[in-house]
Amino acid sequence: MKASGRNGLSKRLVLPEKYQLFAMLLPFLLLVFVFSYLPLLGWRYAFYAYRPGFPLEKCEYVGWYWFESIFSNSYQVAEISRVMVNTLAISGLGLLLNCIAPVFAILLNEIHHRPYRKTVQILTTLPNFISWVLVYAVAFAMFNVNNGFFNQALMALGWIDKPVNVLASNKNVWGTMTLWSAWKSLGWSSILYLAAIAGLDQELFEAAKVDGANRFQQILHITLPGISPTFLVLLVMSIANLINNGMDQYYVFQNALNKSSIEVLDLYVYNISLGGGNFSFGTAVSMLKSVISLTLLLIANGAAKLIRGSSIF
Amino acid sequence: MTVHLSAGSPGSKQSVSSRVFDIFNYLFFGIFTLLCVYPFYYIFINTISDNTLTAKGQVLFYPMGVHFSNYAQVMKIQGLGEATLISVARTVIGTVLSVFASAFVGYLVTKDKMWCRKIWYRFIVATMYFNAGIIPWYILMMNLHLTNNFLGYIIPGIMSPFNIILVKTYVESIPAALEESAQIDSAGYWVRFSRIILPLCMPILATVTVFTAVGQWNSFQDTLFLMTDRKLYTLQFLLYRYINESNALATVLKNTGGNVNINLSLVQTPTSVRMTVTMIVVAPILLVYPFFQRYFVGGIMIGAVKG
Repeated sequence: MKASGRNGLSKRLVLPEKYQLFAMLLPFLLLVFVFSYLPLLGWRYAFYAYRPGFPLEKCEYVGWYWFESIFSNSYQVAEISRVMVNTLAISGLGLLLNCIAPVFAILLNEIHHRPYRKTVQILTTLPNFISWVLVYAVAFAMFNVNNGFFNQALMALGWIDKPVNVLASNKNVWGTMTLWSAWKSLGWSSILYLAAIAGLDQELFEAAKVDGANRFQQILHITLPGISPTFLVLLVMSIANLINNGMDQYYVFQNALNKSSIEVLDLYVYNISLGGGNFSFGTAVSMLKSVISLTLLLIANGAAKLIRGSSIF
Repeated sequence: MTVHLSAGSPGSKQSVSSRVFDIFNYLFFGIFTLLCVYPFYYIFINTISDNTLTAKGQVLFYPMGVHFSNYAQVMKIQGLGEATLISVARTVIGTVLSVFASAFVGYLVTKDKMWCRKIWYRFIVATMYFNAGIIPWYILMMNLHLTNNFLGYIIPGIMSPFNIILVKTYVESIPAALEESAQIDSAGYWVRFSRIILPLCMPILATVTVFTAVGQWNSFQDTLFLMTDRKLYTLQFLLYRYINESNALATVLKNTGGNVNINLSLVQTPTSVRMTVTMIVVAPILLVYPFFQRYFVGGIMIGAVKG
């Protein structure tokens, strides 16, 4: 757009070059096509009674059967409702975490002892970089019913008589999942806010001090409004991901006892398809999920445009 | 009632409530930090303690009966050495290829002269916002014979639209004059990329490398979906199995424990194996993190610019 058409002569000389550049990109475009676009063709499995191992042509075409069964078959309706409640509950608590991250950052910013602040920041960010399997390994070491730290310590203190099975329990699953998310990512998500605070105009604080504002008033009237754009953008993005919880966390923490409360949409799709063998129904559910999350994304983007005057994507 | 403290800006007035707030604030972050770090310390002291005490959960705050045989013994467990090799190989190969692709593609998409450049760029970036789902992806991988195939860990991850955006943004910030100096010598794009652009991109590539490597090392789902061949299991996957399938672990230990070990405190128990493997899996992250901390943090900052 910038350089083209400056003069006709150079444009003609450049002609092979534009294909030459394209040729260098082509292999990478093919990779994108194969691994990101080609799978979309697989959505047609949702319209068949597909059985793994059989070619699709040999499977019965069932039209919208699987989609209808999500809404008509009473067993499926109950299952999907349960899964949706889990999904929205855990996402809802996740939104709450989104509100805690800026508070965490503001409080951390109030620590004026530099080495202390730096140490806290580095060490609380660390868990963000370990996998959910490792988080589960940590959870198991700390909370398992036989020799976990938590039970042993509380029993040594005499606070409990017999070990509590925190991991294999259907109680407070949403809450514990949120706490593990907090453990893993709170330090990390506060970094963005710390940067936003550092980027605020320091003269505002100086002026407020001259006017006699104390720390709390400075936080309330300068810091909070200053980081609210960051907060809104992140909030909007997490609303766009309301039904995309991912499955790693819930898969590793899942067991027979907590399954009914931990199954979020992504895990449910895995459990019924690759776990349970019902590929077509799983595809139908995940297709619906994709459509809903794309809609949410567009709504979120529209909201971001209204709020900031620019889209986030 | 005000007191002068040097904590804030020198000479600033701090009220009592402000000091109380400070105390609780320092305390809160101290506790939160301890919660983040203690589990790793706890697991570590258990791996070097007397295994009979560890199995009973008696090692809580400091190591007891220190020995280091767990690390040597655990590697004798069938499959663990292979899994380590697979994890290291996928991390190294996957990262090198992905970082190269991000750098080269990120450079190419800045070239206005390319035929339909904008379309291709959008073609790549759009993939960040949709996902066909795991089943179509699994069936595709099956048809491509990437299930039970080491390449299944590598090839699908080569293209990362997010990293490409990062590199593209960075390349655009490099003064065009730098690259044009080579153009005069009629150097091709490849030469310009490898001699001029690549070295200049090192700061952003360091961040991309760290994130890609951590992602590869931590990856768990692809083994779960694609690999049934034990030879292709990663450390993450084995660790998960050791924690969740105590039967599998008991069998493994029975097979390994053929040699009669008289000193019970050194005999492997399910607990000692779980903790030692956990430590081995987390070690690369713990060792790399302090040195690359600024790249880790840098990543989110650059990412935030684009959103």
